[in-house]
Formats: sequence, C-alpha cells, structure tokens
Amino acid sequence: MRVSRRAQLSLRTLALAYLTILLLIPLGIIFYRTFEHGVSAVVDSITTPAAVSAFWLTIEIVGIAVVLNTIFGVLLALALVRSKIRGKGIIQAVVDLPFAVSPVVVGVSLILVYGTGGWFGTWFVDHGVQIIFSVPGMVLATIFVTVPFVVREVEPVLREIGTEQEEAAATLGASRWQAFWRITLPSIRWGLGYGVILTIARALGEYGGVSLVSQSKPGESQTLTLLVKSRYDNLDVSGAYAAATLLMLIAVVALIIMTVLDRKKTNA
Amino acid sequence: MSRPRSEPVPADGLTPAAGPGTGVSDPPGPSSRGRARRRLPEGTIGLGIGSLWLSIIVLLPLAAVAAKALDGGLGDFWDAATAPAARSALGLTLVVSAIIAIVNAVTGTLIAWVLVRDVFPGKRFVNALIDLPFAIPTIVASIVLLSLYGSDSPLGLHLIATRPIIVIALMFVTLPFVVRSVQPVLMEADREAEQAAATLGASNLTIFRRIILPTIGPALLSGIGLAFARAIGEYGSVVLVDGNIPFKTQVTSQYIAQRIESNQDGVVDTAAAANSIVLLLIAFFVLLALRLIANRGSRHHAR
Repeated sequence: MRVSRRAQLSLRTLALAYLTILLLIPLGIIFYRTFEHGVSAVVDSITTPAAVSAFWLTIEIVGIAVVLNTIFGVLLALALVRSKIRGKGIIQAVVDLPFAVSPVVVGVSLILVYGTGGWFGTWFVDHGVQIIFSVPGMVLATIFVTVPFVVREVEPVLREIGTEQEEAAATLGASRWQAFWRITLPSIRWGLGYGVILTIARALGEYGGVSLVSQSKPGESQTLTLLVKSRYDNLDVSGAYAAATLLMLIAVVALIIMTVLDRKKTNA
Repeated sequence: MSRPRSEPVPADGLTPAAGPGTGVSDPPGPSSRGRARRRLPEGTIGLGIGSLWLSIIVLLPLAAVAAKALDGGLGDFWDAATAPAARSALGLTLVVSAIIAIVNAVTGTLIAWVLVRDVFPGKRFVNALIDLPFAIPTIVASIVLLSLYGSDSPLGLHLIATRPIIVIALMFVTLPFVVRSVQPVLMEADREAEQAAATLGASNLTIFRRIILPTIGPALLSGIGLAFARAIGEYGSVVLVDGNIPFKTQVTSQYIAQRIESNQDGVVDTAAAANSIVLLLIAFFVLLALRLIANRGSRHHAR
C-alpha cells in the first residue's frame, strides 16, 4: 500500500491529535491544577495522617495481592502449559473472567459470600473475623481483579521456552524444585516481571470493588483511591487533586517500568 | 497488557507431545527415582491447586451473585432487571458502550496503523503512552475529567452530569484495547499481498478493504469486544462526573452501587444481584459472539 506523503502526515496528525486531546491535555490540566497553589500545599496535603495511612494501607493490600497472584499465577501458568489434562480451556476462561466483571459486581459478589447474610458471613462473624467493611474484604476484591495478569503473561513465555532445559537438568540429577528455581524461574523473569507490574498497577487503581466492601474509614479502611473520593465528597477538591496526582505519579512510574519490561520481554 | 493472549499451539516442536520419553517424568540416570508406580498426569496437582484457588477467589463469589439473583425465582429476577430505573440505566449503558466500541474501532485502528507503519520522532513515547489508561486508577481519570469539564473548565466546556461526559470517560479508559489488539497483527502482516494488489492497480481504499481489513478483522473484533465489556461495567471514571441521575445519567454499575448503599449494612438485594448478572451475561455473550465470528472469519481466510 503506497500511502502518499500527505496522507501519511494527515493520518499521523489525526492520531496524535486524538491522543493529545484524550490523554495529554487532561494530564497536563491535573498537574497544573494540583500545583496551582504551590508545591508545599500539595506536600502538606499528601502527608496528612489520613493520607499517610491510606498510602500504607494501599501498599499492604497491593503487596498481598501481588504475592498471592504471583505464586498462584505461575503455578497456573505452569499447569496450563505443561499438563496434559483436558478442560484447560475452561480454566483459561475462568482466569480471563475478571476482565469481564465490573468492579461493582466484584464488590457485590464478595458481600454475598462474606457479608452478613452472605453464604459464610455468619461463620466469619462467629469467629470474630470481619471480612466485609474491613481490610480482608478489600484484599479479596483486589486479588479478584488482578488474577489474570501474571498467568496471561507467563503462559506464552513458558510455551515458547519449552521443557528441554528442565529435562536436561533432570537427567543431570536436579530435583523438580531445583529445576524450577534455577531454570524455569529465570527464563520467565521478564514475562513474570511484566505481569507483576501490571498486577501492581491494577491493584493500585482498584476503586469500584473496594469502595463497596469498605466503609472507607480514614486510618483504617481507606486506600489512596478511596481517599481521593472521600476528599472530593468532603469538598476538599484540591486535596483530592493532590491525592490523585500522587496516584498518577505512581502510575507513570509503573508505566515506565511496564515499557522497559515489555521491551526486555520481546527481546528475550 | 500489550499482547493479546496467544492461542495454544498444538504442535510447534516445543510443547511436550504425548508419548514416551517426553516430559519430566521418571528421568533416566543415576538419580532416577524410577520406581514402577503410576504417576498422575504431569501437572495435575498444580492444576488442582490452581483450580481451587480460582474457584475460591473468582467462581465462588460469582456463583453467590447468581444464586441471589435467582433467589426469588425467575419472576423476581425479571422484575428486578426490568424495573424502570434499571432498564433506563441499562439502556444508557449499552448505548454509550456501543458508541465507544465504534469510536474505538476507528481511532484504535488509526492509531495502531500510525504506530506500526509510520516513523516519527517520539514514536516510542507515544507507544508507551497508549498504556496510560491501564495504569491510571479510574477514580483519578474521573477527577481529571472533572477538572477539564467541570465548573472551572479551561476549555469552557461544562459537561458534568451530562451524557456526553460518560462517552468521554469511556473513550479514555478503553483507548488501549483496540490499539493493542490490532497492533501485533499489523506488525506481522505480510505486505506482499498489499504490494501485489498495488502493482495490479488496486486503489489504497480497495487494498485496505480487501486485504488489510480481513487480516486485522479478528483482532479488531477482539479489541472491540474487550472495550465493550470494559465499558458496560465501568464505574470509577464516571462516578465523579456524570451526576448519577437516575433515568438520565446513571449507568448500570451506579444503579447497582446505589442499591447497595441505600440498604442497611450494605446488604445486597435481588435488584443489585439481578442487574449484576445482566451485566455479566451481556459481557459473556458479547465476548463469546465476537470470538465465534473471529474464528469463522479466520477460518474463511485461511489458506
């Protein structure tokens, strides 16, 4: 297809204009709005006790979600690629399911299982464990929405590298664990890393699900995303902007890491 | 998420084929634990543990929603799903999602094309930028839109609590889907057919219509499907800007949330569960239908 120079430039301009209007201008505006009243006001805003505890709660929840989904994600990827069981398609479909579920529905589903009146609600209450309206519920919601990433990123890598090296290791006397730790894991590291950073980014940004299963109590059950909403609700718009900018900076860092890992993954 | 899932490849010489001597089972050699015992097929335990995990985390909660939705029988389910406010919300949700599906089909293909076929300074940056909506929390997107289209909008546009703002929000969050679906296919597309057609005198439009479009067709449909499924469930990015006005600007996710929040102790009523199931079913069927169409399309064009 021989595209004339003029057409090529027009297409390029159209695409870039669309992206600028949709992405760059909004981001620019929020940076401007946030720092409109000076940097120190922003720093104050993100170092309030509520903000600091929101930050640490977010880190805690994201950490748990990442660790669990990494372990089970690699396990599932290995099982999906290496096993000879039938019905793997169903498991793959279930892994992809969270992509099709609205965050609100995630919250609804968890309340129906772990909340009062839910399937196991009374059991948990009897044992003194609060799931809904407390951190465990928020962790479960975050885990739910981040299930697919590690599996989907590790699976193709595993498929590509095959089992030759591990078989060789086995003939040389390596145990399954040794083979896994020293051969499998290093060979999937870029795909795994990419899946992990996607998990982190998604977990950081989780809002709909956690907002339904949390009472958003400052210092207790309020993540950074919930902090943004809470400040907006309390008419602290500049505070909301500050928290949002903090989240956005973290997101940009995540995006940079994503880009780097993606390139390493493709070049590996 | 810059690569679509690769389909399982049956025989590429790398995946362990069925047969003796393949796979890591009872290896020969001095360290062989070669007892003559029957082993489970390779990976069964891992698959079992993984399935258990998936069941507890994903399937169990979703089953609870289905159960609650059907708690009072199909009649109650239908009533809950067709309540006036629910119907209005669903109608709005589907319309805006369909709109952005079409918008994304065009803009996503355009952007993918420019990223693959064009060369310009800063292209890598632009490419990385596409993933931004994946990285940004939805509530942040919402507040960004608020600053742009709210009362002190620098553009003079005041779109808060209107329907167009929902479309704009959805355009933001669904940007990457079509682009990332079509990009790899375009990159790998064999240009010989295009060049051959050009030498035979085909116009660019014809080449696009008859060669390129069929090639990217399945990926395009897949991207549209993902964008649509994402759009119908979208909550965080619209929650600050659309005003949540029933019958006017309330989408289904907000309707469900409202049902929960208006109940005491956040108890889930049938209406919330029923509408959740509706969303799930729509997403499921759209993705299924698009997959079927894509499969038929690629079979049709396969040599």
